[in-house]
Amino acid sequence: MQLHDVWFVLIAVLWTGYFFLEGFDFGVGILTKLLARDRAEKRVLINTIGPVWDGNEVWLLTAGGATFAAFPEWYATLFSGFYLPLLIILVCLIVRGVAFEYRAKRPEEHWQRNWETAIFWSSLIPAFLWGVAFGNIVRGVKIDKSFEYVGTFWDLLNPYALLGGVVTLTLFTFHGAVFTALKTVGDIRERARKLALQVGLVTAVAALVFLLWTQVDSGDGKSLVALIVAVAALVGALAANQAGREGWSFALSGVTIVAAVAMLFLSLFPNVMPSSLNSDWSLTVTNASSSPYTLKIMTWCAAVATPIVLLYQGWTYWVFRKRIGTQHIAEAVH
Amino acid sequence: MDLALAPETLARWQFGITTVYHFLFVPLTISLAALTAGLQTAWVRTGKEKYLRATKFWGKLFLINIAMGVVTGIVQEFQFGMNWSDYSRFVGDIFGAPLAFEALIAFFFESTFIGLWIFGWDKLPKKIHLACIWMVSIGTILSAYFILAANSWMQHPVGYKINKVKGRAELTDFWAVLTQNTALSQVFHTLSAAFLTGGAFMVGIAAWHLFRKRHISVMKTSLRLGLVTVVIAGLLTAISGDTLGKVMFKQQPMKMAAAEALWNGEDSAPFSIFAVGDVDKGHNKVAIEIPGLLSYLANGDFGSHVPGINDVNKAEQQKYGPGDYRPVIPVTYWGFRWMIGFGMASFAIGVAGLWLTRKKFMLPQHLRVGEDEVPHLVLFKNKALSPKLGKLYWMLAIWTLGFPLIANSWGWIFTEMGRQPWVVFGVLQTRSAVSPGVGQGEVLTSMIVLTLLYAALAVVEVKLLAKYVKAGPPELTEADLNPPTKIGGDSHDADKPMAFSY
Repeated sequence: MQLHDVWFVLIAVLWTGYFFLEGFDFGVGILTKLLARDRAEKRVLINTIGPVWDGNEVWLLTAGGATFAAFPEWYATLFSGFYLPLLIILVCLIVRGVAFEYRAKRPEEHWQRNWETAIFWSSLIPAFLWGVAFGNIVRGVKIDKSFEYVGTFWDLLNPYALLGGVVTLTLFTFHGAVFTALKTVGDIRERARKLALQVGLVTAVAALVFLLWTQVDSGDGKSLVALIVAVAALVGALAANQAGREGWSFALSGVTIVAAVAMLFLSLFPNVMPSSLNSDWSLTVTNASSSPYTLKIMTWCAAVATPIVLLYQGWTYWVFRKRIGTQHIAEAVH
Repeated sequence: MDLALAPETLARWQFGITTVYHFLFVPLTISLAALTAGLQTAWVRTGKEKYLRATKFWGKLFLINIAMGVVTGIVQEFQFGMNWSDYSRFVGDIFGAPLAFEALIAFFFESTFIGLWIFGWDKLPKKIHLACIWMVSIGTILSAYFILAANSWMQHPVGYKINKVKGRAELTDFWAVLTQNTALSQVFHTLSAAFLTGGAFMVGIAAWHLFRKRHISVMKTSLRLGLVTVVIAGLLTAISGDTLGKVMFKQQPMKMAAAEALWNGEDSAPFSIFAVGDVDKGHNKVAIEIPGLLSYLANGDFGSHVPGINDVNKAEQQKYGPGDYRPVIPVTYWGFRWMIGFGMASFAIGVAGLWLTRKKFMLPQHLRVGEDEVPHLVLFKNKALSPKLGKLYWMLAIWTLGFPLIANSWGWIFTEMGRQPWVVFGVLQTRSAVSPGVGQGEVLTSMIVLTLLYAALAVVEVKLLAKYVKAGPPELTEADLNPPTKIGGDSHDADKPMAFSY
């Protein structure tokens, strides 16, 4: 295994971490409209992710920075090619971050309502668009011989990619619902479990079709294993949810995300961005990567820093391990 | 294509707008994190309530500010790929690494510990909670270091070779990138300017409250902390600016000649304080000059030779081939002056303030005030300033809040515009750096969308800051004074509301 293969794996790990973590906080953002019945419940939901959403989002920034450093050609083609969808995602992430921080800073109801609406949409749209983006990456897009994307915005909205968007949207919502069931107490916890069942069933159908489609198009033996794990974990998560085993349900919905992302990256390898025009023009781990020297330095940095990050980020979740209910939400606005 | 709307022009405007905007928040974040941490340390060590109230007050303003810094930073991570894909392909091997380091080491640090700090008042023992804000502060400083090392490589590329086959620059010595003198002096200059910014922010707001005789005890402490910060940071900004200037005279003589609108080289070159007329026409109707000072700033010798714009342009033409290697002279000339002018104005106001509000033991009996009184402004030994002059000083102190923000913005505009036409000095020109596949419509769309969004958020942010500035430091609650002793919070009352919730 050469260093550029290691970095392919590490980039996959970063995206997996991002979807695992921000996946549930996107889901919770979406649930503010689907699940919460009053303002206090909305605040319960938002506060389950309050201390952690920012750290979760850094997985994306790190995935971006690491792609820039390890696969500059990939970074350049991807973000200049998927220009408008990325712009929409960026706008959503900007609005979302501000919404979390500013919502409670004024007591007026219309102020808070507006930011809550912002939280809903700015969680829903990226949850959908990331699936569209990854659908396109795996399927291949129009890349010419100088690695430039030559398709249009509308080319990105093909059925396969759109289905990918539906999968990430429903999967993250499901992940958010089981997270809510795990992190809350009271009535909302019960309703979160019920909603998880409904969303989970839709997710299962969409994910099964999407992953089978991927397997038929570009899969191999390894990706088939990942597919089976993903589907089995999702079924397991649903069963655990029904049995009221919330910890297991959350862990298994997490495994679903990990396995599904793994499957996408497995079916991608050794390409990083296949060209649908000519397979010679595809970006691969070799032609898109940085020099061995850069990769070596980056590997050292990642090897030292990543475990430390996991440690203190994990510690945060432990500090805020208590369940939250409406009784924990103070009336007064600070 | 109409040049004003060429994708390159638009991409440059977009980068300028998003980066200058982002950098309004960055220096405040860096300095307020550390200043808040300092105040909280004082609370933990002395137990004096005014320090905790000050921590909460400045901490709140810090959070309103960092939220904007964080979200506008997301754009920075991705717009190299969006608008500058050929730049990314060419330099990614070198430039990407510090960015990845920044995310992996600094961003995780900041964002994780800020969450712990915001929500941790009733979940963490006092000292661990205090450690969290210090971690945030360390994160902000590390972040600044990595990104400035990356920018310094654009100002003065080192530790690389050109790979002709791949058509890109490749890293050969990462240590050189991280420790070259450009990076070190830029980090020094930017961090000291950041503290000047935060100090002035504190001075401005504290002065406003003191002028209105509100929240006197907390604001007196804040004023003093702000003034001391302004004076120390201002001094360091000047020293580091001088160091950075000398480095730049060697590495980018064009930028420095353009900073002075010095068209033709001179021995014992003067420093122009103010020029009337058109600095772009090749001759200045200069109003005020200090003889020999420019030579001194460049080389540490009042008599030495400083090359002019025309000389450097000729030299670069010989080295890099035909072309125009001059930046936009009025922008560099005035940008340089506004940077220094506004930065040093704040410094002067700080020095004056520190003297005017000097400590009791330096004052005669009748001018001393108690803990809860606004200090007299005492210029000479026995007499306070007249009410008119006193008011003038308080006004200046309030206005100084904005000065370093202006200075910072012009500093960046100066150093980035002054490097043009290069994006990586001597290696890659800006026009070869844009995304060839991204059309005018797309760049225009993103520029308009981001500009409008940023403008709207600016209104929201400023209003929110104003609200919390006006509200003043909060009263302390029972919970504030009795922090938990266990990690995760004391469990004597499971249904107690959280000390902080969104």
